[in-house]
Amino acid sequence: MKKVAIIGVGITPFGELWDDSFREIGIKAGFEALHDANISSDDIDAIYVGNMSAGRFIDQEHIGALIADYAGLAHNNIPSTRVEAGGASGALAVRQAYFSIASGMNEIVVVGGAEKMTDIGDVEVNDIQSSAADQEWETVFGATYPSLFALMARRHMHEYGTTREQLSSVAAKNHRHGSLNPKAQFRREIKPEAISRSPVVSDPLRMLDCAPISDGAAAVIMCDMGIAKKYSEHPVEVIASAQASDTLALNQRKSITEMLATKIAGKKAMEMAGIGPADIDLAEVHDNFTISEIMAVEDLGFFPKGEGAKATLDGKTTIGGDIPINTSGGLKARGDPIGATGVAQIVEIVEQLRGKADKRQIKDAKIGLAHSVGGTGSSAIVHILGVGQ
Amino acid sequence: MTKTPRFWRENKNRYNLIGVKCGSCNAVYFPSRIICPDCGRKSMGKMDKFKFSGRGTVYSNTVVHEAHEQYEMQKPYAIALIELEEGARVLGQIVDCEPYEVQIGMKVKSTFRKLGQDGKSGTIYYGYKFVRERE
Ligand SMILES: [Zn+2]
Repeated sequence: MKKVAIIGVGITPFGELWDDSFREIGIKAGFEALHDANISSDDIDAIYVGNMSAGRFIDQEHIGALIADYAGLAHNNIPSTRVEAGGASGALAVRQAYFSIASGMNEIVVVGGAEKMTDIGDVEVNDIQSSAADQEWETVFGATYPSLFALMARRHMHEYGTTREQLSSVAAKNHRHGSLNPKAQFRREIKPEAISRSPVVSDPLRMLDCAPISDGAAAVIMCDMGIAKKYSEHPVEVIASAQASDTLALNQRKSITEMLATKIAGKKAMEMAGIGPADIDLAEVHDNFTISEIMAVEDLGFFPKGEGAKATLDGKTTIGGDIPINTSGGLKARGDPIGATGVAQIVEIVEQLRGKADKRQIKDAKIGLAHSVGGTGSSAIVHILGVGQ
Repeated sequence: MTKTPRFWRENKNRYNLIGVKCGSCNAVYFPSRIICPDCGRKSMGKMDKFKFSGRGTVYSNTVVHEAHEQYEMQKPYAIALIELEEGARVLGQIVDCEPYEVQIGMKVKSTFRKLGQDGKSGTIYYGYKFVRERE
């Protein structure tokens, strides 16, 4: 198996990008990454695109070919593949690119992730988001996507005494990090009390517990480590890639206060990298809701089960803390254009490992982890990146 | 969201809380599955229909304030994961009580109700909801 490197990254601002179409944002991120890697489109062997639901958001399927075309690559006839796993679509695209390079089939691959969510109304967006859950046995009874995470939050509070104040500390911390990220959708701090008082979406979750609706795209250039030095002085290595599945519906799981898929993918990735949670300098985790980040930091082994919420309130996951989580602002503050999210996490880790994260920089960061979730934990994908291995 | 034929296909099971019991390990499942996840191939052809009593306890709950379009009229409403007395868990609405009255551990039983409607004059569809079981 070949070693795989990341030699270029690109990302658009996240938010409500009224003036830009899906194709425009996809291409912007892609070209920024190509420029960063100092390669030309003639060097590319394949494209993978993470996208959850363009068919419903913009009435457009066949996203692989669309992106290849508008990137000016149609005349090169480069294979382009669209990848879907709900909220983990972008991360799964990164993983497919990893496979294709590790196997020796491809040398240089572009991975893009994009979603354009604001062309339609919020009501319809909520409907589409819930389609990553079980339509036949959850949403049909009136369950919304946030309500399924509310069920997890309520049970987590019941079993571990997790509090409203602790939930709010997750969002407050991610907004603080987001305020330092020029590409973030929200670049202002929010007081924990304002989060605790925001309108109820699905009790106990409130509006400011939820990641926003966003447009945006991100891209990375991955290549065979053997040729990476030609393009980049300090290539970042993908030292592990792991994925796990769980039941589609929440009612089928033994526990709803953990995401078993996260636990398994995290454990596999750390075994592959030959490291433990304590060796990781920073992580981007899937905080689509505040409770999701609490479960993620527990399930990835950064904190014992039931102690993730307290650790967050105590400041252990902030920039400068024991294990900085979501230095980009996370899904909550950077924004969550679904298909782009998993790729945007990789962009943040690469910038941190290159020492180019500016005000968000974690000193001497050598190893970073990215964790992405589809549905209510039905898919989980973990990547570990490193420099100077 | 609810496309009618897709919904009708499961009507019998939604009306009567019918799932399956694995003939190999006796585990019960709702909704029905063709294969027992624990027994795999051994369970093929041994997954027999199983009717749940509809009695159970609330495992976790929430009150939905921002609903999908077809449930707009009902909000705020209570949703819960219910642990049925036979073992499986189901998701359902809890009705006939204040939504904030619902708590983990509360005893409930199933009832047959209208679930929703496709559009204003569209098909009405039915299934189970749960009500509080008073001692
Ligand atoms: Zn069995």
